[in-house]
Amino acid sequence: MSGRRIEQGGRVERSRAIRFTFDGKGYSGFAGDTLASALLANGVQVFGRSFKYHRPRGVFAAGSEEPNALVTVMRDEARCTPNLRATQVELYDGLVARSQNRWPSLDFDVQAVNDLMSPLLPAAFYYKTFMWPRAAWHKVYEPIIRRAAGLGEPPTLPDPDRYSQRFAHCDVLVVGAGPAGIAAALTASASGARVMLCDEQPEFGGSLLDEPTASIDGATAADWIRNSIATLRSRANVTLLTRTTAFGYFPHNLIGLNERITEHLAAPPTDRPRERLWQVRAARVVIAAGSIERPLVFPGNDRPGVMLASAARTYLHRYGVAVGQNIVLVTGSDAAYSAALDLHAAGVRVALIADVRADAAGAPLDIARQAGIDVVTGATVLGTRGRLGVREVTIGVLGRGAVNDTRRVKCDALLVSGGYTPSVHLFSQSRGKLEFNEARQAFLPSISAEPESSAGSCRGIDGYAQVLNDGARVGAESALATGHSVATQEYRVQVHEFSMHGLPGVLPQANHLQPSRAFVDFQNDVTTKDLALAMREGFESVEHIKRYTTTGMATDQGKTSNMNALAFVASELGRTIPKVGLTTFRMPYTPVTFGIFAGYDRGDLFDPVRTTPMHDWAVQQGAVFEDVGQWKRARYFPRPGEDMHAAVDRECQAVRAGVGLFDASTLGKIEVVGPDAATFLSRLYVNGFATLAVGRSRYGILLRDDGFIYDDGVIARIAEDRFHVTTTTGGAARVFGMMEDYLQTEWPDLQCWLTSTTEQWAVIAVQGPRARDVLAPLVSDVDLAAAAMPHLGVTQGRICGVPMRLFRMSFTGELGYEVNVPADYGLAVWEAIHASGQSHGITPYGTETMHVLRAEKGYIIVGQETDGTVTPDDAGLGWAIAKSKPDFVGKRSLARETMHAPDRKQLVGLLTADPRVVLEEGAQIIATPGQHAPMKMIGHVTSAYHSAVLGRSIALALVRGGRARIGETLYVPMPGGEIAVQVTATVFYDVEGARLHG
Amino acid sequence: MLLIQCPYCGPRPELEFAYAGQAHVARPADPSATTPDQWTEFLYLRNNTRGIHAERWRHVRGCARFFNALRDTTTDHFLATYRAGEPMPVLPMGQKP
Repeated sequence: MSGRRIEQGGRVERSRAIRFTFDGKGYSGFAGDTLASALLANGVQVFGRSFKYHRPRGVFAAGSEEPNALVTVMRDEARCTPNLRATQVELYDGLVARSQNRWPSLDFDVQAVNDLMSPLLPAAFYYKTFMWPRAAWHKVYEPIIRRAAGLGEPPTLPDPDRYSQRFAHCDVLVVGAGPAGIAAALTASASGARVMLCDEQPEFGGSLLDEPTASIDGATAADWIRNSIATLRSRANVTLLTRTTAFGYFPHNLIGLNERITEHLAAPPTDRPRERLWQVRAARVVIAAGSIERPLVFPGNDRPGVMLASAARTYLHRYGVAVGQNIVLVTGSDAAYSAALDLHAAGVRVALIADVRADAAGAPLDIARQAGIDVVTGATVLGTRGRLGVREVTIGVLGRGAVNDTRRVKCDALLVSGGYTPSVHLFSQSRGKLEFNEARQAFLPSISAEPESSAGSCRGIDGYAQVLNDGARVGAESALATGHSVATQEYRVQVHEFSMHGLPGVLPQANHLQPSRAFVDFQNDVTTKDLALAMREGFESVEHIKRYTTTGMATDQGKTSNMNALAFVASELGRTIPKVGLTTFRMPYTPVTFGIFAGYDRGDLFDPVRTTPMHDWAVQQGAVFEDVGQWKRARYFPRPGEDMHAAVDRECQAVRAGVGLFDASTLGKIEVVGPDAATFLSRLYVNGFATLAVGRSRYGILLRDDGFIYDDGVIARIAEDRFHVTTTTGGAARVFGMMEDYLQTEWPDLQCWLTSTTEQWAVIAVQGPRARDVLAPLVSDVDLAAAAMPHLGVTQGRICGVPMRLFRMSFTGELGYEVNVPADYGLAVWEAIHASGQSHGITPYGTETMHVLRAEKGYIIVGQETDGTVTPDDAGLGWAIAKSKPDFVGKRSLARETMHAPDRKQLVGLLTADPRVVLEEGAQIIATPGQHAPMKMIGHVTSAYHSAVLGRSIALALVRGGRARIGETLYVPMPGGEIAVQVTATVFYDVEGARLHG
Repeated sequence: MLLIQCPYCGPRPELEFAYAGQAHVARPADPSATTPDQWTEFLYLRNNTRGIHAERWRHVRGCARFFNALRDTTTDHFLATYRAGEPMPVLPMGQKP
């Protein structure tokens, strides 16, 4: 036991006790506590085990920079959040928290043996050791390492909570609500500008919350915060967000905010999202992110009880917790004296202040000595002792390059400070340029890349008055930049404060040639030894050293470690810090849950689902569906006891012998209208359209300018200046985009307009020898006779009284029609056709049957027979090209020599020697049997089915010089052996095409 | 997410737009008259600019129109956007793609 709650003070509500558990043990805290402050108040010192060496670790900081005290908070199996910083977990009644990375318990952890073996576990140990055998990595090494070295575990059930997303716009976004941020928001909003102010903490005030004795313009700091926030809240042009982390700075002043809405509540209301993602586009951003105290690097600096001095002060003033009874402060800055003096005033014994600066002098030392505190200067720390918490520290005093005097001091908390590092994370993420400031020993914002300004201590401003005035000035300037004018403000401040200047945090050791095992990065367990090893092995770039040792790459992003690592590398390499350079700051500033990025886009809302007007009917009929892009399409309609094979065979036979009904509504449809519509289509498609008569349609092929097939479909001329273009289901959007591109940018002079009508028409295909008989009783104003309505004829009329565009066309090789009616009538007309067809045995069929029927006829499917390298001639469609046209998209490419090479892959049919064998689509084809890998592959199977009407398997394939090989035997090598196939023409059924014209 | 000035609609977020490749690559008036090299250049050869790049965007989830932009590929800042068919604007500092 070391920490305790002091009698009074702090901002916690002492009248509201909160019960919670940590590792199964019950504790009590107060409303306003964090998990860290409440556990410290209960005397808990060990919070977790470290990542690699499993060393016991305590809480090191009081805010989001905490590297050590990571915990799992459990509400239930689905709401179990790992790797939360105990310093940011707000206490609520019934909170259940667990420590991580220890077994069986925190105090006794089996894998602490790693620490004894640490000489065997240097930087990059895993890379070097587990190199071979290669197969062992996935099966043996990785699972073991993952279990041993790791952080918390994710929940085992899907996340049941809602996460919301919001876009927002404002004139000035202020990030950070400490003194600078509040002052900036006050002046900026007084101008009338729209202002947003966010802070990661549950209450506004930042470091001012640690200053109970400060006064601003005559008010206490607490009153000034309260009044300022009340003023801001009263302004309609201000949005205030607490518990909201600005985690990322994106291009063009888009800032990502993560608002945690219900995490702190004992019983989260079900009508509120758990967290929210804000995407804020701000005209100006004010970064008021403050600064983070730097640790000191010395042997044993990771022992529980070693803590940032500023954190000890926060626990005292905000939570009324003394982190120890008998403390030692080791410092390289004046500011940290406040922590020792305030704890001393609160009745805590300060055993020693060890100032590492030989020339330290002035006010803070004088005040400490007057208070009776022992102060030594020119000190260093040679080591610490204590199994589960610091019990003793060995201080050395340096003189003329050697340790002259050592003394052991008993303590139960060791406060450390190397000065403060300005938080330039967001500035750096915005691609702003940093500059090293010698006096501050810190990188400060220099040249902005985005419309933003830093204010206060994150740009190196020291002292509350200066910080407040800087905030007010930057707030006014930012408002002015958005066209809102306001006077800045001068604040009068009374506060006891000392300079935040410090020094690089690696303390000299007795034998400074031997780098000691002092921790630089607590979360990733990186020591000075590891950094030194990396440099010995030849790494000199700080980016390489970072990756080799993983320093600064933990979930805390090196908030406390980066500057010390950099300083150590610089001194070892004998270079200056700016010469070594900083590693890149990356988002997120603190870890962000995946939930806010997913937002509402999960489950049914993950991707839009498109259904046709007849979808529900197909569902009721028991159709099995397949996804085609975002569409749901009926694949087949099994009857009881049928598998897919049986159902498809039955459906195929029905269409060939009688009549089938097919939902073709998903086909893309584009209405092309205007006096130049025919010219436009003639320039795009390989076919000619100028000569296409009204009331006729044509199979069209669309290439890209590279000459390869892009899409196909039937194009009907409805009127002189109006065409009804169909595209493939998957190609609808991209064909429409391509048409718009050419129309807008290549031929803007054409009088032609395009409208996507895919979802305006329901398309009902009626296919088979009895198709005319089924439709005849339903249509009016239409003559279905073959003479009036031949193959590829198009007419308008009515069906069931509903306006209709009727196409006579066929993707089956049978007599067929496609009935187009307005989508809202689709289901009714479908049901009417289905009823009318009962006496003819009408059979609904799905896409699988459609595929078989078209393959029997050798009709291609773009994307199945083509892959972006297939020309019309390759696909056997050279006949479609209007050779007399001076140009069409792709024509010039088709004239290239290679496009006519005889060994191009050409579409052919394949028949297996064994008619029962159905080839695998995608299987490779070879010319001679018995080859060993690598075989000479001359083509591949594009489609393969069992054909019911032929009573055998069929296949389509792209084969080099395929048409010249018709009659040859080729081979398809498969795991079970080679399959002999005979090359044939692409049409397997009704080669003359007589049925089409029935 | 970039903020893009549609010359027809004004500033809109990137997610309303689709990138459409390099700008000012005119399709030859008579492709059949081009040499293989000229046609290859038109079809396949594009700049890989470090700096100012003239490129096409389409406000596909807005007005659906194509337009041109000058963007600095090192900063992602748009220096100008202009309608298709308009000449490339002269930048204040005289920078050129």
